[in-house]
Amino acid sequence: MSKYILVGILFGITLYKAEAVSWYRIFEMFHFQSFHMYGIIFSAIAVGVLVVQLIKRTHMKSMEGKEIVIQDKDKRWQRYIIGGFVFGLGWALAGICPGPMFILLGSGYTVLIVFLLSAMTGTFVYGLLRSKLPH
Amino acid sequence: MIALIMFILLSFGKEFGISANFRVMCAADGAGDMADFFKYDWKSQGWNLLVALGAMFGGYLASHYFASPDGAVAHVSATTVESLKQLGFNFQEGQVPLVPEFYSWEALFSWRGLLVIVGGGFLVGFGSRYAGGCTSGHAISGMSALQLGSMYAVIGFFLGGLFMTYVLFPLIFN
Repeated sequence: MSKYILVGILFGITLYKAEAVSWYRIFEMFHFQSFHMYGIIFSAIAVGVLVVQLIKRTHMKSMEGKEIVIQDKDKRWQRYIIGGFVFGLGWALAGICPGPMFILLGSGYTVLIVFLLSAMTGTFVYGLLRSKLPH
Repeated sequence: MIALIMFILLSFGKEFGISANFRVMCAADGAGDMADFFKYDWKSQGWNLLVALGAMFGGYLASHYFASPDGAVAHVSATTVESLKQLGFNFQEGQVPLVPEFYSWEALFSWRGLLVIVGGGFLVGFGSRYAGGCTSGHAISGMSALQLGSMYAVIGFFLGGLFMTYVLFPLIFN
């Protein structure tokens, strides 16, 4: 159980120290004025691709002894583009995505509880409207 | 580092994605009675809440014990400081704070703060579930697994983000 908390702590310190939790860094990223955020994201993907290939090729087992399965995402594009667009609006506006929200909340910006509740409301409304939306 | 975190979670037999927690929290509050989307075995996702809890601890530790000597400063480029000035933010280079002033309870009483915190939160919560993931689930995990859907999602993230930045920001911040 505590292993998940430790992973979270590592995640929190990493993103905080990398300034990825900063509204201004996200602003800078969307203005293409610095390589900073792209460096973080691209290096994570580059290492990530190697890790995933290693796992797939060696049929690596998880700690519970089961083979690691990475689920394929849906092939349709509508939900990704439309949903992604809505997410992008919020990401640029608030300057935070879900990970940094928890990190900043912990670092003392208690007002982000309101952000968390709003995000839960957004998810809840999506759950209600799901069958009526194009996917 | 971020890829290492994804690798550790995969080695635990889990997939990295923070925004799934919003769904867990809704389901835990009984939303399953109102929409089928929340009728699932959310207790099996409890591990992800622990990751979020850990991220909060991480934020606390980083800001209290590992703070940089120059304080909570975002080291953004000089061009960014110029762009900020055009929108009415007045900063000198090297003095851009990590977070803006509207991350405060007082700001909730201004329409701008309310829009950013409540509106931004709603869009992030709605959009991440609609797209099936956020930055960690799609941009990092999905792209690493070379998933086409995640690439579409990241394109969507940027279309939305650029629309907000170039079209809506001048209306909101001037």
